[in-house]
Amino acid sequence: MPRTVRDVVFVDGVRTPFGKAGPKGIYHETRADDLVVKSIRELLRRNPNLDPATIDEVAIAATTQIGDQGLTLGRTAGILAGLPQSVPGYSIDRMCAGALTAVTAVAGGVAFGAYDVAVAGGVEHMGRHPMGEGVDPNPRFVSEKLVDESALFMGMTAENLHDRYPSITKQRADEYAVRSQEKAAKAYADGKIQADLVPISVRRTNEEAGETGWGLATADEPMRPGTTLENLAGLKTPFRTHGRVTAGNAAGLNDGATASLIASEDFARENNLPVKMRLVSYAFAGVEPEVMGYGPIPATEKALAKSGLSIDDIGLFEVNEAFAVQVLAFLEHYGIADDDARVNQYGGAIAFGHPLASSGVRLMTQLARQFEEQPEVRYGLTTMCVGFGMGATVIWENPHHKDAGGDK
Amino acid sequence: MSTTTAELLKGAAELFPDEVVTQAHVRHLELPHGAGKFALITLDNGLDHTKPTTFGPQSLANLNAAVDQVEAEAKAGDIVGVGLTGKPFIFAVGADLKGVELLKQHSDALAIGKGGHDVFKRLAGLAVPTFAYYNGAAMGGGVEAGLHCTYRTVSKALPAFSLPEVFLGLVPGWGGCALLPNLIGAEKAVQVIIENSLNQNRQLKGKQVFELGIADALFEGADFLEQSLLWTAKVLNGDVKVERPEVDRGEAWDQAVAKGRFIADGKVHGAAPAAYRALDIIAAAKDGDLQAGFDAEDQALADLIMGGELRAGLYAFNLVQKRGKRPAGAPDKNLARPVSKVGVVGAGLMASQLALLFLRRLEVPVVLTDIDQERVDKGVGYVHAEIDKLLGKGRINQDKANRLKALVTGVLDKAEGFADADFIIEAVFEEIGVKQQVFAEVEAVAPAHAILATNTSSLSVTEMASKLKHPERVVGFHFFNPVAVLPLLEIVRGEQTDDASLATAFGVAKKLKKTAVLVKDAPAFVVNRILTRFMGEVQNVIDEGTPVAVAEKGVEPLGLPMSPLVLLELVGPAIGLHVSETLNRAFPERFKVSPNLKAVVDAGKRGFYVYDSGKPELDPEVQALLQQGDSVLTEEQVRDRVLDAVAQEIGLMLDEGVVAEAQDIDLCLITGAGWPFHLGGITPYLDRAGVSERVTGKRFLEQGVASVPA
Repeated sequence: MPRTVRDVVFVDGVRTPFGKAGPKGIYHETRADDLVVKSIRELLRRNPNLDPATIDEVAIAATTQIGDQGLTLGRTAGILAGLPQSVPGYSIDRMCAGALTAVTAVAGGVAFGAYDVAVAGGVEHMGRHPMGEGVDPNPRFVSEKLVDESALFMGMTAENLHDRYPSITKQRADEYAVRSQEKAAKAYADGKIQADLVPISVRRTNEEAGETGWGLATADEPMRPGTTLENLAGLKTPFRTHGRVTAGNAAGLNDGATASLIASEDFARENNLPVKMRLVSYAFAGVEPEVMGYGPIPATEKALAKSGLSIDDIGLFEVNEAFAVQVLAFLEHYGIADDDARVNQYGGAIAFGHPLASSGVRLMTQLARQFEEQPEVRYGLTTMCVGFGMGATVIWENPHHKDAGGDK
Repeated sequence: MSTTTAELLKGAAELFPDEVVTQAHVRHLELPHGAGKFALITLDNGLDHTKPTTFGPQSLANLNAAVDQVEAEAKAGDIVGVGLTGKPFIFAVGADLKGVELLKQHSDALAIGKGGHDVFKRLAGLAVPTFAYYNGAAMGGGVEAGLHCTYRTVSKALPAFSLPEVFLGLVPGWGGCALLPNLIGAEKAVQVIIENSLNQNRQLKGKQVFELGIADALFEGADFLEQSLLWTAKVLNGDVKVERPEVDRGEAWDQAVAKGRFIADGKVHGAAPAAYRALDIIAAAKDGDLQAGFDAEDQALADLIMGGELRAGLYAFNLVQKRGKRPAGAPDKNLARPVSKVGVVGAGLMASQLALLFLRRLEVPVVLTDIDQERVDKGVGYVHAEIDKLLGKGRINQDKANRLKALVTGVLDKAEGFADADFIIEAVFEEIGVKQQVFAEVEAVAPAHAILATNTSSLSVTEMASKLKHPERVVGFHFFNPVAVLPLLEIVRGEQTDDASLATAFGVAKKLKKTAVLVKDAPAFVVNRILTRFMGEVQNVIDEGTPVAVAEKGVEPLGLPMSPLVLLELVGPAIGLHVSETLNRAFPERFKVSPNLKAVVDAGKRGFYVYDSGKPELDPEVQALLQQGDSVLTEEQVRDRVLDAVAQEIGLMLDEGVVAEAQDIDLCLITGAGWPFHLGGITPYLDRAGVSERVTGKRFLEQGVASVPA
């Protein structure tokens, strides 16, 4: 049968406020699946034109798929969210790029014609599921030196990336981190973030963590507005003595969830759904696991090559800030200044937090807002590094641009 | 000098040191849409949802302290509103009844009522609006705490919402009687406070709470609190205007109260005061004077707490809730054998009803047998038809209906049907020889471990087992009609019944969701013996010369579900006569066989009454049959005669060890005969009315068990 590849669009995205992992964090007593459920419900409330029965797939990512992140989250969260039983779902894992992979996976299905519209998102409750919970690495990794022993420790891989780029000093990383906090604070002050947040009711029974009873999470907990270079200078470098990576120039350990609606452009237009971004291309790439922060570079190279675009065509960048060094390596590679205005306009994960498998959709939601504000920008990209040495990049077109949809 | 609320509650808390204390946590949050800072109070006793949050005096004191805090914040302009909600799955289920049981003084009871009012009222008097979020189960004082708030939301997932006070013997006394009719009108308030309560404490679901107008908004369970807070922000911002229909304060109000009295009369026949006290307050609430209503609630609450009806009601409630679930004297449940197939001997109506019950609750193969194919087919057909009815009503789906139908079969050959059955119950003709024969046939074909159960209502289980090779596996399993409605199951231990068989019987009873009571193998067991003695004594006074109407009226003040002669009609005069003959053989000195009853049965009458006028009137043909003496008693004399007889019989039954304790008698009467909570079954009433001591020289229950403690 003849088959036409269909245009895929990002209809809408929401997320929970991100919390700090641990006993004092806002979500310490909140289930991970509930974070997903509430995000999906908010997505549906915001898009009343979408008939839930038309949803063809629910793809939800989580890195640690056990307990309240297990049990095939895409399916169970769909039922818990009140989606019709006819709507299927599944779980996805590509560590930090989980939600991003959920988006590209369902996008592939949409383009192929298997889906008209799908929910894609992710969650990571790093308080309930600390990194490495229950892992059992094959001993051959070590015995056959398949990967360096530092590969499993993300902070160490970031130190390794500093080694690869000697010009990226701790000072530069700290300066970058301070700017991320400043930009995030400004984005909050300008009301750019709140509109896409899902308020979450949070229970607390531990008096040591603060006021007890039910509360409401309405803002990101990890933010540290007013952070200065001096504040950061004295922080410990836990991954290496005299190292460069600190809690201040890296994303923290966080809890949170995201969800987005991905559809064929025709479906979105026929159903009067918003079209916030149009998918151009995506790519994943592998690198040496011990310098996983390098991953976005080859992934972006591939995505650009597939789209026929060059880096100069990209007007907005949403680069996940797992570590400042990883963003700086990317920028250095492409000869972009550390403080280039096109990059992470609202700040990034260093300020907001990075609940692993949820973050990809946060990047997209923020890029979508920026597209709306800046119709003169035609292309943007979202990119992130991934554990065990990978990178993931998605290139998007701004539908508000005058030439959108046409030839380049 | 007036006492402060804090002092009042402190005093009350000292009387109740074992209170499971509810904390009232105050937490602040930023409302969405920039609506401002909000204080949310969470009621939480720190335990999981199986231990619902209640209000004892210390709990009220905690809420009072929380209100102190938010009151100051509201006054200072620090907060824009106050919310009230509960721990997961539970809002609050009302007053801690254990604390009520301990109260000995009218003044202490008054303090509890007033203490609750004083705290809850403050929620209506803050400088900012208050919002109750009914997130989960809400009953009694929990519901009332929310009624004092300015606005309410309710979760669609809320499973149970009620004002159960009248059911227990109280009035909603922390604002419910006064506030609810002023919120939703008298008609709906009477429905909630009186009708639902007297209808076996019927619960409302979240959607109904909203539809009745008790809550202003309804949200789904998945993000109930988030949506409630969002709605709160919109209300405070003026984006949502809450509109409630005007309450009809005209004639409709009086009509609603009159309807409430009619309902109460139909249920308790004036014998228990709670419903009437509640209706008095609802009637008075018409003028909207809430404080007068609250004062009346305090008085009613204190009077009722010091009254025998409530104490009997609490005792009855605890029997049903606790003793009914953990039967006294049942052997270790680990001895029970699994039951994976059930046999039913007989395919008549009773047998078919039993088959249906076993099928629905155990979901194992059930096989019916009878003496000819036609009866077997009819029995299976009945079960299939009942399954179809359940399907039609949407109680089960098609898959479940298919499953159940496939599980029920009928065969003529017992060997074929029972060879692998674990539990075989007979419901054949009530004649000892027939039953012995049936059991002998069953024993010949059934596995060695199978329980042989009998649904006999009056024959000796021991005798029935006596001719078997393995009499130790015979158990009495006596249901009450209608089987689907009455919870009681008398489990009869024959002389040779062993612990494993008995444990299996109790295990099956639990799966059948029946209230099992262990009974000795004594004539007519418990309920039928007491009812027969009771009805027999009424019949005796009629036979001796008291007019039927006077005899019937004599026992009316007890507030039983129906009069003795209406009950006889329901049982069927022939069956009533048969049981009285059985008991007459066992205890001829106390159980007479009434010649008049025999005449009525012989005349083929189905009862004493005709209903041509819509009301029961003595059938002239029955009247013509009656041969009465010339001893005419007053209503009061009738009552004394009948109650004395009942007390005597219960005393003898306890002496004989028919059941372990008087509590079991009461549990049987409540769950097997529908005798009311306000009598506590019957022994609390007999104690309270002085009958026990008059007849047996002592009380059945110690002071304080079902009465105000000494």
